[in-house]
Amino acid sequence: MSLTRNDPDFAVSILVDHDKCIASKGCRTCIDVCPTDALKLDENGKVVMSYDECWYCLPCQQDCPTKAIRVEMPYLVR
Amino acid sequence: METRNIETDILVIGGGTAGPIAAIKAKAKAPNLRVLLLDKANVKRCGAITEGMDSVNNAIIPGCATPEQYVREITIANDGIVNQHTIMAYATRSYGMIRELDEWGVRFEKDETGDYAVKKVHHLGSYVLPMPEGYNVKKVIFRQIKRLGVEISNRLTATRLLTAKDGRIAGAIALDSRSGDIVVIRARAVVLCTGAAGRLGLPASGYLFGTYENPTNAGDGYSMAYHAGAELSGLECFQINPLIKDYNGPACAYVTGPFGGYTVNARGERFIKSDYWSGQMMFEFWRELESGNGPVFLKLDHLAGETVQRIENVLHITERPSRGLFHQGRGTNYRKDLVEMYISEIGLCGGHSASGVWVDEHARTTVPGLYAAGDLCNVAHNYMLGAMVFGQIAGEDAVDYLEGLSLPDHDAEQVERERARILAPLQRQNGLQASKIEYKLRRLVNDYLQPPKVTRKMEIGLRRFAEIREDLQHVKAGNPHELMRAMEVFAILDCAELAALASLYRTESRWGLYHYRTDFPERDDARWNCFVEARKTSEGKPAFFTRPVPDYIVSIGDAEMNAYHELRCEAART
Repeated sequence: MSLTRNDPDFAVSILVDHDKCIASKGCRTCIDVCPTDALKLDENGKVVMSYDECWYCLPCQQDCPTKAIRVEMPYLVR
Repeated sequence: METRNIETDILVIGGGTAGPIAAIKAKAKAPNLRVLLLDKANVKRCGAITEGMDSVNNAIIPGCATPEQYVREITIANDGIVNQHTIMAYATRSYGMIRELDEWGVRFEKDETGDYAVKKVHHLGSYVLPMPEGYNVKKVIFRQIKRLGVEISNRLTATRLLTAKDGRIAGAIALDSRSGDIVVIRARAVVLCTGAAGRLGLPASGYLFGTYENPTNAGDGYSMAYHAGAELSGLECFQINPLIKDYNGPACAYVTGPFGGYTVNARGERFIKSDYWSGQMMFEFWRELESGNGPVFLKLDHLAGETVQRIENVLHITERPSRGLFHQGRGTNYRKDLVEMYISEIGLCGGHSASGVWVDEHARTTVPGLYAAGDLCNVAHNYMLGAMVFGQIAGEDAVDYLEGLSLPDHDAEQVERERARILAPLQRQNGLQASKIEYKLRRLVNDYLQPPKVTRKMEIGLRRFAEIREDLQHVKAGNPHELMRAMEVFAILDCAELAALASLYRTESRWGLYHYRTDFPERDDARWNCFVEARKTSEGKPAFFTRPVPDYIVSIGDAEMNAYHELRCEAART
């Protein structure tokens, strides 16, 4: 278990609105554009932040076609 | 987890800035060649300019600057230690690259008459060309990549270069960080564009990925070039930046300067005349902190409201758009508050400083067939536009190089050893987390290498680094993503060791804070007006030696040489 691998019980800094996320329809935009590969699909085919490895660069938020992602500053940085 | 084998003509490793241009130019010159562009992330959005760039720092626009002026400026800014041929190679192509990017759709700031709106930020000349709408650079370049038919392989982390028996380049080995496959790529030429060593020091926040550079730029290219036997240069000339504290992004005096913003100490006094990033400027910054005048701030509160709005429209949209979010969280408003800056942790970078793989004016490294471009190569102060130009030079030269050359053979043994090395952390039953080793290593880099450099500390640092190397024998990864992180720590460690050894080798101080040694506080041109180089010996250890500075093609007067050492303002007034 890596220090940066996220534990679902704890807050993460990339928030995905699963009502708006269309990953289950095949969208991989945010997953593609993340430079650190911090985003993954969960068991329900929705996007979650799986690694605490965010560069707060924002392409995920900007390129998401349904505006389902909101980036917060990682806790240690903000 | 399989092994995949690929063959190509020109392999470009790194799809950020230099890499895409290298691939585009190679393909444009020789459409029948296979050109493969690899990236650790996704070429669509990756590298330092993931979110574009807010300004060209070193544009040489006819009417505003000449190549000779620029070569002179950078020679002076880098305390004389440059290969002027490489600086000139950039300078003469700078305007051509801007025109081409403009045609492709990149938006540069123009004045009312349609001329490029160049600003003065450097100490002597004017080369800064703002790009307030520069957020689309990656998209524009990606269109060209697709148009020309460059092949792309994403999520591949190259770990070692392959060489033939005669020492020439033969390809590379990479880890697919999603599937865990090992990919062996045979190529006739390789262009290495993996960016800066941006995860070397530990940022003040303690967040491993809260770096100034894109954190995917972990120094892999420095390590790969080193292990392939290429000569590395200037590893003692650290990159140390004036950044927004904790956020670790640029405070952007380049953008705010032309609008009237500037850096001040805690009393609101200016203490430096030029905000151009240089070791000398960072030295003044450090002196200000040491003398109890800190913290240092970026001051914008004296500007008109509309001016601040215009600044926000650039800084909060392009290059590091989360800046606005950070300031919002801290309750910082440029109109009323000063922005706290600090001296960043160290990195290695040719683009902002001068450390990198040694290249000549054709972007050739000392390994035949291996090129380096961008932040990874040692062409000083090259920044984004220099990365693109050297990418172009590399791609086009590679086409000539491989004419008539058949695909070189590599050592099957080398591939087997590297496969075993890469996969070992996955196969261990238990062991150390890569992220913990990385944290400790980078903390040690801060403790022992952060300038001012102290001989005794650097020696202790090397002992600590050797212990980390032992610890890496026990690193465990739970999946291919963590395996990628583990491999990065090996590269970071190589960079840390080489940075320490290079620093110990140069027994003088130079480049302001970048190589300030308390045990040798003066500059010694008689002995050290030369490059410090590193190369891996056949025994597997690094050897250090000097390389003379090639004769200047643009002369510098003795009085001019000190221009960057006269940055301090006279006794302060607001």
